[in-house]
Amino acid sequence: MSHILVIIPLLWQMVLSITLIFCWRRPEWHHKISIFGSIIAVLLAASLMGQVLIQGYVTMNAGNWPAPFGISMVADTFSATLILLTSLAGLCVSIFSIRSILDNRISFGYFPVLHFLLMGLCGAFVAGDIFNLYVWFEIMIISSFVLLSLGGQKQQLEGAVKYFTLNMLASIIFLTAIAILYGLTGTLNMADLAGKMAAVENKTMVRITATIFLVGFGIKSAIFPLYFWLPASYHTPPAPVSAIFGGLLTKVAVYAMVRVFTLVFPPDPYFDNLLISLGIITIVSGGLGAVIQGNIQRMFAYLIICHIGFMVLGLGVGSKVALTGLAFYMIHDIIVKTNLFLVGGLIYQMKGHWEKKRVGGLFADYPWLSLLMIIPLFSLIGIPPLSGFWPKISLIRAGIDIRQYWAVGAILLGSFLTLYVIAKLWADAFWHSGGDGIPRQGFLYFAQMRLSDKVSMVVPIAILAMISLYIGFGAEHIQWLATRIAKELSEPENYIKAVLKPVMVKGGTP
Amino acid sequence: MEVLLAIMVGILYASGIFLMLRRSMVKLIIGLILLGNGANLLIFLVGGVVKGKPPIIPGDLKTIADAYADPVPQALILTAIVISFGLQAFAIVLLKRAWAVVQTDDLDDMNTTDQNT
Repeated sequence: MSHILVIIPLLWQMVLSITLIFCWRRPEWHHKISIFGSIIAVLLAASLMGQVLIQGYVTMNAGNWPAPFGISMVADTFSATLILLTSLAGLCVSIFSIRSILDNRISFGYFPVLHFLLMGLCGAFVAGDIFNLYVWFEIMIISSFVLLSLGGQKQQLEGAVKYFTLNMLASIIFLTAIAILYGLTGTLNMADLAGKMAAVENKTMVRITATIFLVGFGIKSAIFPLYFWLPASYHTPPAPVSAIFGGLLTKVAVYAMVRVFTLVFPPDPYFDNLLISLGIITIVSGGLGAVIQGNIQRMFAYLIICHIGFMVLGLGVGSKVALTGLAFYMIHDIIVKTNLFLVGGLIYQMKGHWEKKRVGGLFADYPWLSLLMIIPLFSLIGIPPLSGFWPKISLIRAGIDIRQYWAVGAILLGSFLTLYVIAKLWADAFWHSGGDGIPRQGFLYFAQMRLSDKVSMVVPIAILAMISLYIGFGAEHIQWLATRIAKELSEPENYIKAVLKPVMVKGGTP
Repeated sequence: MEVLLAIMVGILYASGIFLMLRRSMVKLIIGLILLGNGANLLIFLVGGVVKGKPPIIPGDLKTIADAYADPVPQALILTAIVISFGLQAFAIVLLKRAWAVVQTDDLDDMNTTDQNT
């Protein structure tokens, strides 16, 4: 059954970008169009989500070609949830961008590129064809290159060179893996691949292909030996760009990894153990990296790596409980990481520095805003009623179930390191009365801004903080959603049936 | 022919990786281009190299009986070439800007963003 609703969110982002390009000479309109469009995008994503919750799998075949031959777009609960979160993060980032993106960046097309990036993300989440997934990844990375290098400061360009090289390499590796996969099976449709992959005689080739996929997605999602580009580049662009990167770009690679390893490749204990080990090392190295950082955004960048480890570990354990934890963690992480970088941007605007030691005294100057900022920070750690706590229960339980005590230890250590890092940030930047006290010339401090500009920086943080609070206090709903996602991921038969339905009717044999 | 192409792909990947590991920016971009071309050739190769057999079903038949040239890899390569062309164009401009701003083409000197201040 063909359902156009699957591609509506991504089409809408494309329409927005093109509209913005037509308003090229009117940069003062850009943020208005962007915010209005992002609100509509959230509604469209919510309607897709509603449809998925009612109907189950929503599929669409491009040009009405039946499934293994044409390109299928599939939205299951996981995809729909992530699209909704992407739209929410996009809305908050575009509100935050009003003030914190300088006018020269906006007039060189910041907003159109932002919406192309969101389009790539929405597309990657619904791609049912692995080559199509590659194309969405390319749209995403080329937009992210532009966002990263827009402005052309020395630091940015240096970061962009590293980011660009490693991401392009990852794309080529991904493409190589697709080529070998096609050579093995003769199909690119993920649902079709699932059946054909299990039938491939040459198990060594299957493993090699899976390894190449793991390396390709591993670079993009920043898992242990492949993450060094991330802390070298994520702190260089303005805060909203870092926020959208930190919240979504690594997560989409984890999503692709989850898809490929739960659907395409048959379960293999070798990869489960590999993923668990990589997850453990990623958590520990990311956490330890964050401890020594002085720059706030760089510290958050290391925390991204640390928390990617939780998800990779959940994928490695692979039981239904672990996948529930993974899905819940990803929902929590997208919101909280986006917010974290926005908080970093707000701190910069208040004090004029990125260095933790030179900030100081935030709590004395802005007591209420500090209380707002504490919500994402504490959610990140997972102080019990807040959102980071609940997925860890599932992950730890899953680890104990299969007696992977190292994994359980790593999760606890990762949480502890996060607690230490955030506590240190809180002590240095909020409580400590430090700061050099010398005002920067020509820098517009938060205190001197107009009220409307202040509101534009605080409102997105407040929206995301409210969502975090909902995830924490309404954990029952999110847990229900995550359980449904895990059920769908661990029973790929239904996914395959939903995608290949028309052929099944003709062929007769499931 | 297939063996020859396979060796070619190997050479392209190897030289691409080798060039990427050098310190010069120009070699980095040439390395990336070679790697991209290697990947495109690989896709072409896995489709099977068949000469003079278009994937067209004759009027009096229902399916193709013979071996035929698989059109899918060619469509994939076309897409991949266009994408890599765009990326490479961007890369060259980015590296030129980076060279103009940082005043060096030695990648080992581009380490200010890695340092902990």
